[in-house]
Amino acid sequence: MNPLKNHEFLEKNSVVLLIAIIITVLIGGIIEIVPLFRQETVIEPVEGVRPYTPLELAGYNIYLREGCYNCHSQQIRPLRDEVTRYGHYSLAAESMYDHPFQWGSKRTGPDLARVGGKYSDDWHVAHMINPRDVVPESIMPNYSALMKRGAKLHDLGNHLKALRVVGVPYTDDMIENAEKDAMRQALGEARTDISGLQERYGEKIQARDFDKQPHIVSEMDALIAYLQVLGTMVDFDATKDVDPGALK
Amino acid sequence: MSTTVENIHTETSSYNYDIVRYFTLATCFWGLVGMLVGVFIALQMAFPALNFEPYLTFGRLRPLHTSGVVFAFGGNALFATSYYVVQRTCRVRLWGDKLPWFTFWGYQAFIVMAALGYVTGITQAKEYAEPEWYADIWLALVWVAYLGVYMMTIVKRKEPHLYVANWFYLAFIITVAVLHIGNNLSLPVDWRYPKSYSLPSGVQSAMIQWWYGHNAVGFFLTAGFLGMVYYFIPKRAERPVYSYRLSIIHFWSLIFIYIWAGPHHLHYTALPDWAQTLGMAFSIMLWMPSWGGMINGMMTLSGAWHKLRSDPVLQFMIVSLAFYGMSTFEGPLMSIRAVNALSHYTDWTIGHVHSGALGWVGFITFGCLYYLVPKLWGREELYSLKLVRIHLWVATLGIVLYIVAMWVSGIMQGLMWRSYNELGFLNYSFVETVAAMHPYYIIRALGGGLYLFGALIMSYNFYRTIKGDVAANEVDKDGNPREAINTSNKNKIASATAA
Repeated sequence: MNPLKNHEFLEKNSVVLLIAIIITVLIGGIIEIVPLFRQETVIEPVEGVRPYTPLELAGYNIYLREGCYNCHSQQIRPLRDEVTRYGHYSLAAESMYDHPFQWGSKRTGPDLARVGGKYSDDWHVAHMINPRDVVPESIMPNYSALMKRGAKLHDLGNHLKALRVVGVPYTDDMIENAEKDAMRQALGEARTDISGLQERYGEKIQARDFDKQPHIVSEMDALIAYLQVLGTMVDFDATKDVDPGALK
Repeated sequence: MSTTVENIHTETSSYNYDIVRYFTLATCFWGLVGMLVGVFIALQMAFPALNFEPYLTFGRLRPLHTSGVVFAFGGNALFATSYYVVQRTCRVRLWGDKLPWFTFWGYQAFIVMAALGYVTGITQAKEYAEPEWYADIWLALVWVAYLGVYMMTIVKRKEPHLYVANWFYLAFIITVAVLHIGNNLSLPVDWRYPKSYSLPSGVQSAMIQWWYGHNAVGFFLTAGFLGMVYYFIPKRAERPVYSYRLSIIHFWSLIFIYIWAGPHHLHYTALPDWAQTLGMAFSIMLWMPSWGGMINGMMTLSGAWHKLRSDPVLQFMIVSLAFYGMSTFEGPLMSIRAVNALSHYTDWTIGHVHSGALGWVGFITFGCLYYLVPKLWGREELYSLKLVRIHLWVATLGIVLYIVAMWVSGIMQGLMWRSYNELGFLNYSFVETVAAMHPYYIIRALGGGLYLFGALIMSYNFYRTIKGDVAANEVDKDGNPREAINTSNKNKIASATAA
């Protein structure tokens, strides 16, 4: 039997050829993808990871809309210099509520997986309005328009609902209060009662007027709320110490 | 015997060349648009003042560039050549009279829909799969129609054997359908609203995205374009394909192995190690079928190497295979984890992609278009082969500037990131490594600009060819002199005589 000779059969029967192609290309994909949906072997559960608050979710959507992923990664590799520069390497659980993931593929700008808490809100505002005001060599575009545009909050309930369908554990309570929770988080503790927000999303929630514009919940508020939570959900100091020097 | 000749003649005249002409012109148009956006965003990286918020920022324009060149330029080239090749090699008219036109206008509509979405901020934020759900559904419909037209033409063929170019086109069409649907499963927030959330999240969405992303390269930008290699190189060289056996091995090993390679985009991430290792192993294996295909294409010239000296169209095709060989060697190298630790997240990746996209995909497309345009518009040869030669060198110089700049900037930045001083502190802040990229970003923009200029030369050449002109002092591909024709002058003379 010469397999190359039998190939003639495929060349004369186009439908069989089509089916053979489909089977050939499905094998690799199935073997690599299907096992990943057995989550217990893929995502180690980590304490502290929670779904985004409605305001943070609005910020995540602005991050997507502006294509930030084209220049910023959110995935710290377990390499010595990255752990020194950015912090603990990224865990699978930390992006488990990102639909889709924002790991990125290029660092024209720095990794943002743990940017939360690294800079003040004021720094972020100044940086977004004109990055070169705070980092002269930066090549990032200006995003000053975010200051003037109100964040779209009224349909956040629908967003939470859709995310619940695809697997994010938002409760009825969270969905019902989505718009108000977003407002409360941007108004901050000083101006409103955030106990409900804390009840739903945890004590650590950061609620304040991020852009210092009291008259408006702007897109800047939402984006900074998102950036300030990135990488802060897991408390690495409380868990086992990882020695960066031990990583290669 | 004379009846056979007649039959062939009627078959030829009944081929649907109109649709191929439309796709050919669309290829040129979108190629210029996509490359222009590319040069612009390259300049944005050198001069950030060129970002104009909110619509014309790098973040929104980069998908416009990638989709513009991959799907608009490359996609239309694939439609044009596949519709041409399938008719010629099956000796039958393209199936259906309305459906091919639906694929044309439907595909252009998809491109416009996607582009408008990008600049207005409607995106799924997945590389090369940015269009939102409504555009994805539309594309799926167009693609099913494409498969229908292609498959039905094959089923109705008058040639018992299905020629190898068609296997590659078929694998490209069906696999892209699978990838497109698989990677775009998402739930719209509201059916009246463009925003959707993808079904998988985190690790799973990353794996599916790069299964898609790498095979957009493997099937859209490789398998389909190999279909061009297997038809147009033998035709232009007037030689049969070097090895039929190698074609079979090339085809099956390429499509089987490519699909596994995706995880090499996710080395050292939170993706489980076993998946990363599989991705790396298959990426290295992929080197063999890639080079097998390159050899099969190049050796097709055996006994006819002298044609390469005089025919710039053939030069385009062979140089494209050389770039293919180069980038399919570089790819497996970069998929090795230790190399990837340095290259990932840097411009090295961008350089690698462009040696493939500009050198391989671009050049084989230019070569095929140069072959097709005179045939489609009933001209003996192009307006000017000299201009083809100039295009070849301008574009090659552009590519060399581009990829060398990206090699230097990518490797330099990777090394700067991991550089420590003697006290154990990082040597460079991030922004210092950004500032160091500046000169290379200017060189890259210059390289891209030259490449765009080359495409403009080609478009001018096509314009004059379609008009029916022949440049002065031209020779044909075999070195025989040609008579110059200028239809504009002729018309002038004709109208003057009439007056």
